[in-house]
Amino acid sequence: MGASDKMNMTAADTTGHQMAPRPVDGRLSIQHVGKIYDPEGARVVAVHSANIEIAPGDFVAIVGPSGCGKSTLMNIIAGFDNVTEGQVLLDGQPLATPNSPPRPGSDRVVVFQNGALFPWKTVLENVMYGPIVQRKMSSSEAEQRAMDLLAKCGGLDKVANSYPPQLSSGMQRRVEIVRALINEPKILLLDEPFRAMDTVSKTVMHQHLLEMYRVCHKTIVFITHDLEEAIYLADKVVVMTSRPGTIKSTINVNLPRPRTPDMMMGSEYLALKAQVIAGVHEEAKKAFERGEREHA
Amino acid sequence: METRWWKSQKFWLMWVGYAIAIAAWYASVKWLPIDAFNRLPDPWTVAKEWFSPDPDFGTSIFTPVYYDHIFYSVYRATASFILAVVLGVPLGILMAWSKTFDAYASALIGLLRPIPPLAWIPLAILLFPGIELAVIYVTFLVAFFATVMNTYVGVKSIDPDYFRAAMSLGSSPRDVLRHVIIPGALPNIFTGLQIAMGAAWFSLAAGEMIAAQYGLGFLIFESYNLIQFPTIVIGMATLGIAGYLSSAIIRVVGNRLMRWRVQSFGMGA
Repeated sequence: MGASDKMNMTAADTTGHQMAPRPVDGRLSIQHVGKIYDPEGARVVAVHSANIEIAPGDFVAIVGPSGCGKSTLMNIIAGFDNVTEGQVLLDGQPLATPNSPPRPGSDRVVVFQNGALFPWKTVLENVMYGPIVQRKMSSSEAEQRAMDLLAKCGGLDKVANSYPPQLSSGMQRRVEIVRALINEPKILLLDEPFRAMDTVSKTVMHQHLLEMYRVCHKTIVFITHDLEEAIYLADKVVVMTSRPGTIKSTINVNLPRPRTPDMMMGSEYLALKAQVIAGVHEEAKKAFERGEREHA
Repeated sequence: METRWWKSQKFWLMWVGYAIAIAAWYASVKWLPIDAFNRLPDPWTVAKEWFSPDPDFGTSIFTPVYYDHIFYSVYRATASFILAVVLGVPLGILMAWSKTFDAYASALIGLLRPIPPLAWIPLAILLFPGIELAVIYVTFLVAFFATVMNTYVGVKSIDPDYFRAAMSLGSSPRDVLRHVIIPGALPNIFTGLQIAMGAAWFSLAAGEMIAAQYGLGFLIFESYNLIQFPTIVIGMATLGIAGYLSSAIIRVVGNRLMRWRVQSFGMGA
């Protein structure tokens, strides 16, 4: 099935909770992954023996207090950083091993915490960027495809000729997600993309993201420190503990899709929330006390 | 864009500023009871000389020799400036890109940069065939260092996430250079070019005073030696105008290249 066919799919074509069909690619295996910064000297253990299995098309949120190594894990998956132990496999192919240099690629595009749209390119030029530098499309093809995707993702085609700093941060983030999606990545990596937003914008962004997920069903790894957002969005919430960053628990979220804001009042959601909070709170307290001791 | 600029307050305040400066000049020359000031030409004398078809001291807007001086100075400043950009921008990028190269070059530049351009003149005259190249070399040096340093800072100040985003989207190093490094460093590069142009003019005038047969710097110093005081001021004013115009050109080019900054933040180079 061609890329554009996938995008053109409407609710009628899909089954169950109206999701586009599960992709065949995008299985991520994080196996015993460890990351030590400065192994010869200070030996800062950022991540210790992390194991996560992500099926193609899963929406996985990694939650934890700041400094728990969730960003390190993200950088490893993105190919910005290498591992010192274990390995990461994408569809059975090694992505990161201790002996290979980090290798970023358009099969796992990142959306950044502070936004990294190129401010010197228009929205359209930003979205066209990936296919053009990879020589996957001619510039007219890329333009057409970009306009198409922008239009589908909440009418962003109206701002195609604006420069990113002229847009609200919510719009910028949506454009950045479109810039990632146009590359048909196997995995979409979202690094606390809504961190700096107020609650109202965040809620709006969640609906936009869920809609994009519904239409372009990809594996998503979503890093956040916001538990509610993690449970609301994801199929699976991975809770990390800090120093060294290890995985404390993995919680399956069986809330049906499409997710709607009123689900956040439901008993199922609240029970999950209580479960996750208990885990994270304990950890945050430990980290906080450790910090207090270090500064005493 | 600014259709009625002559109606803006800014425009009129500019003229008020000029008027005050000229009045102060006139007053100090005419009425201040100090001999040193009384020797100087007043604005009216300078203007008469500057725009006279038959100037007392041989240099006015009607004499070809005036344009010869301007031509030489502009030619030298432009040549130095272009050389500084062509060599300085790539060097600055290279230093910011490669740590190894940075280590080589930074030490050397750190040592050479503080040497005042005029201190290079004797060596430059010995080194280059003819005075022309020596003056250009000296003018080039300051502009070059300003360009290198600002380009370097410009590249270093690019948010690392832009590099990561570019890599994540499948860029080759060449794409990163073209789509991230150059546009990302451009605001600083243009700041550097403004500084470089200014620096080029002041070292050029100094160079011309010491070693040249033509040029505005030469004109100023020559007029001093020949006691042709109004011509000194004509030379100085012409230098001011040339410097101002060259900066304005750089600003216009910068704003065209960085439309995103103008549109997003309403700020130009």
